[in-house]
Amino acid sequence: MIFAIVRTALTALLRDRGALALSFILPIAFFTIFAVIFGGRRDTTPKVAVIVVDQDHSPASKKLIQGLGRESLTVTTGPPARRGVQQPEYTAQTAEAAVRSGTAPVALIIPQGFGEDPISFGAQPRATIQMLKDSSDMVAPQMVAGLLQKVALTAMPDVLAEQGSKYMEAYAGGFTPEQRARIEGGLEQLRRRENTEDDSPQSRLDSDSAMLVPVATRDVVGENKNNPMVSFYAAAIGVMFLLFTSSGAAGSLLDEAESGTLDRILSSRVTMGSLLAGKLCYCSLLAFTQLVIMFLWAWLVFKLDFIPHLAGFAIMGITTAFAVAAFGLLLASICRTRAQLGPLSTLVILIMSSIGGSMFPRFLMPEAMQKAGLLTINAWAIDGFTKVFWRDEPLSHLWPQVLVLLAAGTVFFAIARRAARRWEYS
Amino acid sequence: MASASAIPASTSSLPLRIDGLVKRFARLTAVDGIALQLNRGECLGLLGPNGAGKSTLIRIIAGRVIPNAGHVSVFGDPADSPGARMALGWVPQELALYPRLTCRENLEAFGRYHGLRPGPLKAAVAWCLEWAALAERAGDTVSALSGGMKRRLNMAAGIIHRPKVILMDEPTTGVDPQSRNRIFEMIETLRAEGMSIVYTTHYMEEAERLCDRIAIIDRGRILVQGTKDDLVHHAFASRSEVLARFTAADAGLAAWVSERGGSFDDGAARFTLEHATEIAALLDAAAKAGHEVADISLRRPNLESVFLHWTGRELRD
Repeated sequence: MIFAIVRTALTALLRDRGALALSFILPIAFFTIFAVIFGGRRDTTPKVAVIVVDQDHSPASKKLIQGLGRESLTVTTGPPARRGVQQPEYTAQTAEAAVRSGTAPVALIIPQGFGEDPISFGAQPRATIQMLKDSSDMVAPQMVAGLLQKVALTAMPDVLAEQGSKYMEAYAGGFTPEQRARIEGGLEQLRRRENTEDDSPQSRLDSDSAMLVPVATRDVVGENKNNPMVSFYAAAIGVMFLLFTSSGAAGSLLDEAESGTLDRILSSRVTMGSLLAGKLCYCSLLAFTQLVIMFLWAWLVFKLDFIPHLAGFAIMGITTAFAVAAFGLLLASICRTRAQLGPLSTLVILIMSSIGGSMFPRFLMPEAMQKAGLLTINAWAIDGFTKVFWRDEPLSHLWPQVLVLLAAGTVFFAIARRAARRWEYS
Repeated sequence: MASASAIPASTSSLPLRIDGLVKRFARLTAVDGIALQLNRGECLGLLGPNGAGKSTLIRIIAGRVIPNAGHVSVFGDPADSPGARMALGWVPQELALYPRLTCRENLEAFGRYHGLRPGPLKAAVAWCLEWAALAERAGDTVSALSGGMKRRLNMAAGIIHRPKVILMDEPTTGVDPQSRNRIFEMIETLRAEGMSIVYTTHYMEEAERLCDRIAIIDRGRILVQGTKDDLVHHAFASRSEVLARFTAADAGLAAWVSERGGSFDDGAARFTLEHATEIAALLDAAAKAGHEVADISLRRPNLESVFLHWTGRELRD
């Protein structure tokens, strides 16, 4: 009897492609995405981009920059060349602007005079490195700060020792000539070893606990924000659920086709084009309302800075709602039944949301995955909302996101219209 | 006079005219060269078993299926033209309604789809609710209605724009006898208002009660069409039908019935006789052949008999 029940259930499962996909393909797809993101493959571990402005140009600052370059950081000192023309190196101002615009999450400004007194043993240094950070990225600034201290130990041991001896001399009343000669000999050995040593990070000391290099940290993005991640997650979670809602709402088309209501509608003065346009308007309105409620909640409960950003929200909200509504119609129009739409939309939307940054920020992902995310509505919508709510960028800076979402929505709708031709006539 | 194919000369102002209609789905020919016409104020019945091609024919007329060949015109306009859409009302076999909307909201929705403006829409909704005896349930959602009420609302949604020609595709499917009578009364109201109706059914009683003319359809073809009396006369002339049941039914009985020119189906033998007096000879021959008659009845042939005559099958098959 039990065998008969198992057999019946198995037969039903094997005939339900949607259930099969949800049972076996979705878990594998998710596992693969998470494995790639969280370092299943070491060579794809994301490198943190850091802008370095060297105002000192001393041997110590150069060694520090070289040392940072050997770590898992992408150190840049100037913007990429435009149309083959080399751009001038970053200044403190342009580096700050670059962090504001999201080019890099961290910028280090090494001030003039840093090389004269690079290591601090508790005394007030003459020149302190400034770290400008985008606090929406909670990982990169911590990582850079830690690596900076590590590099101080590993990349400039001679400077460290020299500074130590200076402090010793200042506070212990000076060295004898014999002690002085021995210290100089030791420092020379350190300098020689530094020049011949293996460059691999593994060969270096692995301690970043001491604050040897003084750093003054400053938030240049979101410095006045109450909760750095609220706007991100309002957009990220919002877009994911918008996709689910839109595909569900667009599925009414399938209900109408199955019940015969669609035939009755199309026998009236309503054409398939006007029917789909009506559905698109409805789904867009529904999606936009959802976004409004989501952001109002974030404003009321989590103190999101909503009111000053209403214009940007409206632009991003409308374009995002249009794109997700068209995507929902596309999914509905390529399915034959509601039973097909359910598993397909779950599969596609969850994968899009994981790659596109709705589940965790894209800056945590490997570079290839970040690029793949740009194929999703989620990534463009989240980027746009981040520009509005986090970076306080002007509305004119939203054009790439608006353009891509409008274009994607238009293409989705055109494909949906094409697929819906099968319902027009038998 | 009943005829299997010929259509009288007609003008383009006929409510509905169909010529040489053919529709194939892969290897299946669902409609095979059908020609029909519907006169003003007439109710034309399409009588045939399930799968005969009735619904496909209706869907072609409604402009929802494109035929492989042939032509459909509604008051001279091609099917699927804006003029034909407004002139036609379609009551599909399925309950094509919005289940979460109320009766009134459903009627308003379909009225708007037909382009009714607020004033006429309000009047049309009120008329339809009265006509379908749903005025008291106007605020109830479809899912809260009984099967018969849903059917009536389904009909009302098909005529909300007050069309001149109504296509009714088995509107009594799945309803109880009481609801069926209510639906008949609704259709008779429409007829009294002079609307032209095409009514498909596989119930001969419905066709006999409601239709002025009946076209018997089977396997995508119109076998014969005319008034009920025309059809019966064409098939049986003045002959009557005798139904006989025997105490024992076997292969020998079937062979004997066949020899006597009758048909044997479902334990009953069916014969046609010119005169009632021939029954005695029939009973005598049965007795001589060793077949004991359990009961016997004489009746005028009906549409069921006509269908059997033309197809060799029962209508319910």
